[in-house]
Amino acid sequence: MRARITVTLKSGVLDPQGKAIEGALHALGYSEVEGARQGKVIELDLGETQTNDAEARVREMCEALLANTVIENYAIEILA
Amino acid sequence: MKAAVITFPGSNCDRDMVMALEAVTGHKVKRVWHKDSDIGNVDLIAIPGGFSYGDYLRCGAMSAHSAIMTDVKKKAADGVMILGVCNGFQILTESGLLPGALMRNAGLSFICEDTALDVEHSDSAFTKGYVSGARITIPVAHHDGNYFADPETLDRLEGEGRVLFRYASDINGAQRRIAGITDKTGRILGMMPHPERAADPLVGLTDGTALFQSMLDSVN
Repeated sequence: MRARITVTLKSGVLDPQGKAIEGALHALGYSEVEGARQGKVIELDLGETQTNDAEARVREMCEALLANTVIENYAIEILA
Repeated sequence: MKAAVITFPGSNCDRDMVMALEAVTGHKVKRVWHKDSDIGNVDLIAIPGGFSYGDYLRCGAMSAHSAIMTDVKKKAADGVMILGVCNGFQILTESGLLPGALMRNAGLSFICEDTALDVEHSDSAFTKGYVSGARITIPVAHHDGNYFADPETLDRLEGEGRVLFRYASDINGAQRRIAGITDKTGRILGMMPHPERAADPLVGLTDGTALFQSMLDSVN
């Protein structure tokens, strides 16, 4: 079983890298870009077969290490 | 004063910290590896700057879970003074010993320069050797020194006198130009600037010496 965790900065937290990406896209002529946020994706291979158990464990991992909930949100997808 | 300096894989200011502490205390400083489990009987624990674990995931995130941090938390609860500088500050926030987080500098650049700081007040274990409101010069060297906390936390820090150092001008986007804060007991200080790099006339700056002297006076 595989879990994909997407970590993003909370709204309201300045994301200077997102701002730089937005500026670069504007410089390339993509004027329709109204905002950019940069995050990170972490994929875990799990020796677990129960989706609910896997999600609960991955949530613990996010709280303990993978995300800093002072500044970041996380979303978990359990992939088959 | 018995002091210990912890070395993590990627710490690079640990020797400077040892030298600064030994110069002020006159005693040999204990060096502790991050995989050790017991720091021993000390009055002060310093967590030095550097790039522990290559700043992987987030600065300080891996080190905050090193074996030695269990003892650091225990010693903190016992009232042992703790000084975290730069990556040490990041490790203290990641471990929950200090509130908030250190984010990428707003200008995205690594900043390495002598920086003017204002000493907010001298009523603390770390700043009693300074004059309140003094402007001092201490170097910074960081990519992720942009202090962030929610407005309620910032108000609490300010209201309780826990902001000890502020940048004289906005260099990295830090909320309210915060450069250094303490925990609620006033025994744990985290700061981005490097006082250990400003504690020897040989390197041209000495404004950090008063911080080490303050800690010594607070223990004795």
